[in-house]
Amino acid sequence: MSTAPTQSRPAPRGQLPDVAGSEQSLRQFLHGLPGVDPVGVEGRSAALATRSIKADSKRRAIDLAISMVDLTTLEGSDTAGKVRSLAAKARRPDPDQPDVPSVATVCVYPDMVAVAALCLAGSSVGIASVATAFPSGRSNLAVKIADTRLAIDSGATEVDMVIDRGAFLSGHYGKVFDEIVAIKEVCGATRLKVILETGELATYDNVRRASWLALLAGGDFIKTSTGKISPAATLPVTAVMLQAVRDFFEMTGRRCGVKPAGGIRNTKDAIRHLVAVREIAGPQWLDPFYFRFGASSLLNDLLMQRQTQAAGHYSGPDYVTVD
Amino acid sequence: MPTAPSSAAARWDYAPAPESAAIGRVRDRYQMFVGGAFVDGRGEDLKTLNPATAEPLAVVSTASPADVDDAVRAARGAYDGVWGRMSGAERGKSLFRIARGIAERARELAVVETLDNGKPIRESRDVDVPTASAHFFYHAGWADKMAHAGYGPDPRPLGVVGQVIPWNFPMLMAAWKIAPALATGNTVVIKPAETTPLSILVLAEIIADSDLPPGVVNILPGAGDIGRELVNHKGIDKVAFTGSTEVGKQIQTSLAGTGRKLTLELGGKAANIVFDDAPVDQAVEGIINGIFFNQGHVCCAGSRLLIQESVADEFVAKLQARITTLRLGDPMDKNTDIGAINSATQLARVRELTAIGDAEGAERWTSPCPVPDRGYYFPPTLFTNVTQSMRIARDEIFGPVLAVLTFRTPDEAVAKANNTPYGLSAGIWTEKGSRILGMAAAMRAGVVWANTFNRFDPSAAFGGYKESGFGREGGRAGLAAYLDTDDEGAR
Repeated sequence: MSTAPTQSRPAPRGQLPDVAGSEQSLRQFLHGLPGVDPVGVEGRSAALATRSIKADSKRRAIDLAISMVDLTTLEGSDTAGKVRSLAAKARRPDPDQPDVPSVATVCVYPDMVAVAALCLAGSSVGIASVATAFPSGRSNLAVKIADTRLAIDSGATEVDMVIDRGAFLSGHYGKVFDEIVAIKEVCGATRLKVILETGELATYDNVRRASWLALLAGGDFIKTSTGKISPAATLPVTAVMLQAVRDFFEMTGRRCGVKPAGGIRNTKDAIRHLVAVREIAGPQWLDPFYFRFGASSLLNDLLMQRQTQAAGHYSGPDYVTVD
Repeated sequence: MPTAPSSAAARWDYAPAPESAAIGRVRDRYQMFVGGAFVDGRGEDLKTLNPATAEPLAVVSTASPADVDDAVRAARGAYDGVWGRMSGAERGKSLFRIARGIAERARELAVVETLDNGKPIRESRDVDVPTASAHFFYHAGWADKMAHAGYGPDPRPLGVVGQVIPWNFPMLMAAWKIAPALATGNTVVIKPAETTPLSILVLAEIIADSDLPPGVVNILPGAGDIGRELVNHKGIDKVAFTGSTEVGKQIQTSLAGTGRKLTLELGGKAANIVFDDAPVDQAVEGIINGIFFNQGHVCCAGSRLLIQESVADEFVAKLQARITTLRLGDPMDKNTDIGAINSATQLARVRELTAIGDAEGAERWTSPCPVPDRGYYFPPTLFTNVTQSMRIARDEIFGPVLAVLTFRTPDEAVAKANNTPYGLSAGIWTEKGSRILGMAAAMRAGVVWANTFNRFDPSAAFGGYKESGFGREGGRAGLAAYLDTDDEGAR
């Protein structure tokens, strides 16, 4: 019982629990996970939101958050022109301030990946593509695989898939699991983010089960939402997912990432999420390799706050570029 | 595209975020509050320290036995002359004004409390001061509804009440004591703890500004001898005491046969019982809140963890990992989780009892957090391999020290949880509703929390069993402690 604290504890390089053998064993494992008390997790999130981040800590948080943005456009009205200007913004978010870091990736539909790849060649910005009949996931596996292949063949460096929420909610965990495995197989070394669409899962217990399901099936990231369903990312939901990647790392030694997406629109919210990453998962997760924000309007608020920190006064939305 | 980071990369951390001490407007010297005026006492001045630095904070005038006489006389005059016969609606107005006054000066009160007590500003700001205000609001609402409280058509106040409060929640305990006493029509003479007299003297300013008739509330700073003088004073009709079981026993002995009413809220050694089906992450939070809130200076602190043996190792590992992230240090920093121990005396007691834990063979684990080199600090500590017979499992340590015991069956958990002379609070952690109900009924403790801990609300009765005291504070039950209910039989 005298275990050393996390920091000095050697990461246990255990085996992946062998639960995928059957629908039955998968169900037993997922339903055996500890429950989540909603009052407790919401209380803890509210407490984390009272952390006071000032001065140099705030400036560093803003730059860190910028480097974690997956700058996203996922509209039926997307055009090559829109994607090109998004890509330019991703490389150099604030044209007046060359020291602003680039964002992590741009996130687009598969048919726009080729355009983005052309614009971002030679830059540090990655290209994430949604796939698998995003956002609903309502198609068959062959179509989902073809969708993923299109994204990767066009130059995507990361794939954001959606799970079959219908299958999950009706208890067909094996179907969800197998689909993730199949998509990860197509991805190969390309990192796979698994979108749980937590707004449709409704309970924290489901969020925890879906998180573990995605991690066990080989997902590299778990992502809250498509951005098409409300509520999208909330701090308590992100907290539950951060607990899942932390516990999964403790069990298997494999460190996976978390991506809240949708609903994080301002710097204050972003910083609250960074606080949660630091205090729930741990400081090792404070890196764009392990944490992202799926967002579009967040970036400009981060840039405005960055200007405010540097200049000592607020300039306003006309001092950052709209896209 | 982002690549895997090197493990040595510097990680983002929080910059210092200190609240401004100037907001507290702490003066060099404070006076007693008697008969509606701030006056010098005839006792020797006391120096109150800031436990975060061990440096003097302010000088406070203290009461002598003659001052106790004066204060009781002022309270009697106010009771007979105005307050006891005033309509409940009028009394309620005064209480509402006090509640609002506390809310308006909340930031100042929080700073004063933190400077004088050592608790983190986050707690004084988010818990102590708002809850104190809420107690006055709640009881203000009762003032004109006594006829409907279930104590007969016209329940009468007792008269003059002598109250003695501890140093762990100076402002909040003042509110717990004063608000129900005034709402029911009593007048008050109250003595704050020797080490934490300031916030209640700021409350005195709020009271003075609220048009309360002179003498309704009298505040006498002083040491234990003045407390003894007050509770044994012939002019007092009722005594309410919150503090140690040892002093509570002395008071009960000396009051026997006097006919004076008494309520005691004393020590505790609460068990937090975690079953193998508990919501683990929230249970970890709850255990931490239970023992490290206010540095463990909480009478209802969950100082014993009873964990089901089948999940004990895993749970303790998670607990330690989480404790490691607690930030100990300057209580005025808004990101501090654990502040300073209130006094050198208390720090010495915590050290002494934990040393006994070592000697008795328990295994000590201490958070590796940095500890400031001045002021009174004790890092979060837990003991494993603890048995029921050890003193760290039986004595109230009143510090950030958790004793971890295990159990195998629910019956064993009940037996161990109840096997203490105390009985103030208990916590139950399980996802199984029927087990919560069964365990709660089996706990011999005044307050039982399920899947949460240390939640306080003015409408919820609080009080103990056995050596944790008797009488309730808060809610409808709390009113009874300040009403003459003898004619009404056992209700």
